[in-house]
Amino acid sequence: MTILDAQELSFSYDRKAAVVDGVALSVARGAIVGLLGPNGSGKTTLLRLLSGTLTPDRGRVMLDGRSIATLSRRDLARRIAVVPQETHSTFDFSALDIVMMGRYPHLHTFELEGANDLAIARRAMADTGTAALEDRRFAALSGGEKQRVVIAGALAQASDVLLLDEPTASLDLGFQFDIAALLSRLNRDRGTTMLVSTHDLNLVAALCTELVLLKNGRVVAQGATDAVLTPAHIRELYGVIAEVTPHSRAGHITVVPVGRAD
Amino acid sequence: MLAAFGALTAIVCVTAPLIGSTPIQLSRVFDRTIPFADNVDAQVFFVARLPRVLAAALVGSAFAVAGVVFQAFLRNPLASPDTLGVSSGATLGAVIVITFHIDSALLGVSAVPVATFAGAAGALGIVYAMSVARRRGTSSTVLLLAGVALSAFLGALNRFIQVLGDFTDTFRSIRWMMGSLDVGGYTDIVVALVPIAAACAAIGTLPRELDLVSMGTAAAESRGVDVRRAEQIALVSASLLTGAAVSLGGPIPFVGIIVPHIVRLIVGPDHRLVLPAAALFGGTFLVICDVIARTAFGPAGMPVGAVTAFLGGPFFLWLLFRRAR
Repeated sequence: MTILDAQELSFSYDRKAAVVDGVALSVARGAIVGLLGPNGSGKTTLLRLLSGTLTPDRGRVMLDGRSIATLSRRDLARRIAVVPQETHSTFDFSALDIVMMGRYPHLHTFELEGANDLAIARRAMADTGTAALEDRRFAALSGGEKQRVVIAGALAQASDVLLLDEPTASLDLGFQFDIAALLSRLNRDRGTTMLVSTHDLNLVAALCTELVLLKNGRVVAQGATDAVLTPAHIRELYGVIAEVTPHSRAGHITVVPVGRAD
Repeated sequence: MLAAFGALTAIVCVTAPLIGSTPIQLSRVFDRTIPFADNVDAQVFFVARLPRVLAAALVGSAFAVAGVVFQAFLRNPLASPDTLGVSSGATLGAVIVITFHIDSALLGVSAVPVATFAGAAGALGIVYAMSVARRRGTSSTVLLLAGVALSAFLGALNRFIQVLGDFTDTFRSIRWMMGSLDVGGYTDIVVALVPIAAACAAIGTLPRELDLVSMGTAAAESRGVDVRRAEQIALVSASLLTGAAVSLGGPIPFVGIIVPHIVRLIVGPDHRLVLPAAALFGGTFLVICDVIARTAFGPAGMPVGAVTAFLGGPFFLWLLFRRAR
């Protein structure tokens, strides 16, 4: 069943060339969908349109059959959470403070977080392996720890859909592996629907059941990972010749770039 | 914790009027057996000194709360009414009124507060444009430098206008620009209290939004904050605070930076504590600075702005280099 559905979405900054140009995509409930595309292809803008933090020039985004334009920011945040590429804290918030901020859309103006909110936040930290970081200063955490704390904050938001914008971009191989395992586990245990934008082809091969390929703001291909992640598409997207082969030990297809296409 | 800040504020506000060139005793001030007309201690307390103490408390609170708001929205702990040029804008309004003798009262309110609001609002427009730029990714260093440039530009305008005035006008506006809490009486305080209370009430509805916005616009929006609405309410209120504070006490520098920092060191970053604590401690801080200003430098006293600058300049540098490490 479709939970998130974009219809003919278009958007341009400052009335210049469209960054997102007539995109149609649908995400099934409980799916992990990968969003691939070269730099400047409109991935981040598309995610912002889907989360409602940008308003499309044309087209609309439907969440469970309802246009998100009719929902308030607060209502929307209860349904869709976003994990940005990087998060910086200006002040000395602790990791738990950051996670507790995820409870914002569930509280009234003068309502304080209660025991229930704290329990939800603690569970989100346990689920992301960040329980031990609770009292640490967020700003002093490593990149991988920060990203897991931010994901915990998104979980504390208790939404059905999680949009992740290049969640592993600034992380080393070990942390990339941890985040992939974490997302896979959260999808399995909590049934969270995810849309993950990334440049990491092997990450999507391991993690995603479906892919959306984006170039110049348009959808190039969309479908099951094995069917869409082909040498022809990789060449079209990145101008790179790659070999795509099943890997028996990894249990999924793997991509090996071998050279630049002319 | 907040109770401690409240108690400190109360103690300082009662003690401060007792300190001065004429020694008075608290027991005599509140001695109801002596009629007010014969009670010199009570007269000194209520007529000569208390208005000044209340003005200091009000102005200090206003600058401190405005500083907290600017710091959260621009995501920079060095942002404040003075570093962003909002104080200079408000001052420009006052200097224009003083120099060109625009003395006509508007709806019973003297022209000076009205002009400072207008000046602060104009400078706020520029700050708001900076905040929008910040949302689009302009670095906070650029914003602070823009604030420095704006302050310098408005300062030059101020001096240019002063040159146009005669000797008395120039002296008046120079005194004004040094910052002085020598208010005439309780009327000025009430005139400033109304917008300050309204602005604080409006900002008081947004502590959680300030927490989230300090993490970045995208992060705040995805957590459900209506950033544009919060930004409009908070920045308009902060400029109202700055305008009211400058109209009452002049552009007293550094209060909007020092106080939020000390408060955060004590209560942590949560704005539900930072806002009330900054309001209380901002008042306390400026009352203490004003006691120093009027007692420590002989009978002539010293503008309170000089005292806060002596303390604030080194503090600012310390903060800057501590952050730069």
